[in-house]
Amino acid sequence: MTETHPIGLSIRGGVKVYPGTRALKGVDFDLRMGAVNVLVGENGAGKSTLMKVIAGVETLTEGTIEMDGQTLTFRDKGDAVAHGIGIVFQELNLFPNMTVAENIFIAREPTRFGIDIDARAQSEAARALMKRLEQDIDPDAPLGMLKIGQQQVVEIAKALAQDARILILDEPTSALSATEVEVLFRVIDDLRAQGVGIVYISHRLEELIRIGDYITVLRDGLITGTRAMAGVDIPWIVTAMIGEGSKEFPRTKVANFGAEVFRAEDICLPRLGGGYAVDHVTLSVRAGEIVGLYGLMGAGRTEFLECVMAQHPQSTGRFYIDRAPLVERDVAGRIDRGLALIPEDRKRDGLVQIMAIRENITLSALARFARWFHINLRAESVGSAEFVKRLTIKVASAENPVSSLSGGNQQKVVIGKALMTEPKILLMDEPSRGIDIGAKAEVFRIMRDLAADGLAILFVTSDLDEVMALSDRILVMADGCIAGEFAPSVGHATVIAAASRQKIKDTAG
Amino acid sequence: MTALTAPKSTNANALLLLLRLRTFVALILVLAFFSWAAPNFLSTANAVIVSKHVALNALLAIGMTFVIITGGIDLSVGSIVGLCAMVAGWLMLNGINLGIGYTVWFNTVEIVLIACAVGVSVGIVNGVLITRLGVAPFIATLGTLYIARGAALLSSGGRTFPNLSGSAEFGTLSFPFIGAGKILGLPIIIWLLVLVGLLAHYISRRTTLGRHIYAVGGNERGAQLSGVKVNRIKMFVYMFSGFCAALVGVVIASQLQASHPATGETFELNAIAAAVLGGTSMSGGRGRIGGTIVGAFVIGILSDGLIMMGVSSFWQTVIKGVVIIAAVVVDQAQNKLQARVALQQEAANK
Repeated sequence: MTETHPIGLSIRGGVKVYPGTRALKGVDFDLRMGAVNVLVGENGAGKSTLMKVIAGVETLTEGTIEMDGQTLTFRDKGDAVAHGIGIVFQELNLFPNMTVAENIFIAREPTRFGIDIDARAQSEAARALMKRLEQDIDPDAPLGMLKIGQQQVVEIAKALAQDARILILDEPTSALSATEVEVLFRVIDDLRAQGVGIVYISHRLEELIRIGDYITVLRDGLITGTRAMAGVDIPWIVTAMIGEGSKEFPRTKVANFGAEVFRAEDICLPRLGGGYAVDHVTLSVRAGEIVGLYGLMGAGRTEFLECVMAQHPQSTGRFYIDRAPLVERDVAGRIDRGLALIPEDRKRDGLVQIMAIRENITLSALARFARWFHINLRAESVGSAEFVKRLTIKVASAENPVSSLSGGNQQKVVIGKALMTEPKILLMDEPSRGIDIGAKAEVFRIMRDLAADGLAILFVTSDLDEVMALSDRILVMADGCIAGEFAPSVGHATVIAAASRQKIKDTAG
Repeated sequence: MTALTAPKSTNANALLLLLRLRTFVALILVLAFFSWAAPNFLSTANAVIVSKHVALNALLAIGMTFVIITGGIDLSVGSIVGLCAMVAGWLMLNGINLGIGYTVWFNTVEIVLIACAVGVSVGIVNGVLITRLGVAPFIATLGTLYIARGAALLSSGGRTFPNLSGSAEFGTLSFPFIGAGKILGLPIIIWLLVLVGLLAHYISRRTTLGRHIYAVGGNERGAQLSGVKVNRIKMFVYMFSGFCAALVGVVIASQLQASHPATGETFELNAIAAAVLGGTSMSGGRGRIGGTIVGAFVIGILSDGLIMMGVSSFWQTVIKGVVIIAAVVVDQAQNKLQARVALQQEAANK
């Protein structure tokens, strides 16, 4: 097999240090040409870092990259491109307002005399690329008209147009429907036959086994398994990903749950281009219960929370709070009924950066400090100071802009804002995203305390350890559906398997 | 804070304070310059005259400030001034003909209220276009700029409604008083400015409405997810801006005792200039009513002072432009300095 698949690029002793963490701890990686090299691991295992190193986005702290017997250093992405390495990021880098051909040749337009863009040559070249990829995409069509899957093909064509011999695909299927995945796999097959070396990163284990020729598993910055794909099964991958002794998180106290506080029935959110982003989801949360909603990228978790928070008028289904139907169609009405959301993206959705900490904390519950229109500023100060203290937010003064706080403290401000509305159920989307370990532990402690006080909490995460450690009950979402419901004592393997849509009972943890 | 960084950041803080108060500093500089360069400039009589000029622009600028704080813009205010002046003139001279040989006439108070209602209505149209139909504020209010101006021209066929001195029969004798009258020695327009200014300041600082206006401008999505009724807030700011413009229209019609359909042309630009000069950020979320009023005074004193000095009005236009750009350049400098001071403080705290 090694004969047929020559090594195109190899990394020896690769170490990458970020401030505070070692993302790669001495990695040896061989990339084989004319084959699909699969890279798998949990969030934070180092896949992305390794991929960025190959693509020239990041440089190694220690270790070497070798191609064709030569040791190379990529100063930047352009350097890697010059060596025939292309990358398709999970977030596509395309311009919806331009045509397919214009997108493929963006910033490298073929010109006459360096001025006039040769639109015909551009279109022809794009057409030839589409033919090579066996895709029926019109080079002159506006990109925004294409489906997501086709846009991904355009992104691949863009890499190929730069003579890429090595192509890195980062979670290429996360946003695709089943038929689009088939199209992508055909493209990958063609490229493999043409001798292109492909690095394929995905969380979907079945998919990896199907498409991959070689597999490399990362855990905590180390390679824990690397071999040809033949004979690999899901249990092997899971074991390599999470280790032999699966971590256990015993419950410290037996929780005493109250009545059902929140119930969602048959929630559907149609996806652009057919299918459902949220597919007939039904779930409920009881008072004092922490329910963890785990799922991979694109499983529909965030979309589900957005449905609850009235962000998708086209969604269908029924919500109940304290068994009474939730009929309010706007956010303000739903907050009044006792819902509160901690959004995933603090900067974009959670905070008004230029306002003071005090103003952010009280934003959702200003009416508490107001009679008619008039705000009692003193009561507001006292109220916000109370939450600053209760949530141990480290501030010099509550009058400082919220942007002056660290990520963890900003997150506490968002939590404070939600709690000030005296919610019955707290929805948290990736509550620990972008905050350091200390702050994370504090946020978890706060969540536990709130649940102990009888608050119902539904939190969404893509971090397996987090969902295992924190939940009283685990729900797993995959492809928009609830794919399983587990007690927290269940093994990591079961949860991962459910999330990657593998219905098994006998997988060892 | 270490001894090494302390004096440096004190300097920066002092400079920052100066930059924050820049509109006020500019006002003092302009006042000082003209009282030296133009004799009689600092007299009480002149101060009242200048204030009368400034008040019109300041009223428009107050409404504009709210709109800009939400991240929008209202280009239609100048046309609303013209339209409302024409509404007042029409009602004085023609009443409303019910078409059955019977005409309804209105007294002064009713005329003012109707004109204000018309101004608020244009604001409602702006608000609906922006919140319900998703038209960008610049385009929506550009459209109503033309529509309101066209309506004003249509109302009289482009002619002036003359002799709005009022009649005893219909209770409109008091109409000229709005523009010419004084209460406690001050012209009514100045009282209006004080009243609307205090109201707007109160709204911006002490009410849920005001807080929500800032939140919408600072992060519209975040505000919406926090339960702020974003559409309602936007409706309010355009309605309030229309109301301010209507007041100005009525006052001008009363001052001139005539209404001309071209009244208020380019007033919207002066209002934006005053708001920007007063520290309102065009990207939304930042701005103060007090700053806007001071900004309007800087612009007004500048033009009146230059007239008194005998500088050509063409040069005045150039100077006004320079001052506005300078204000924004200083604003940028302040932001950078502020970020640097914040970083220093953070470093010092650690």
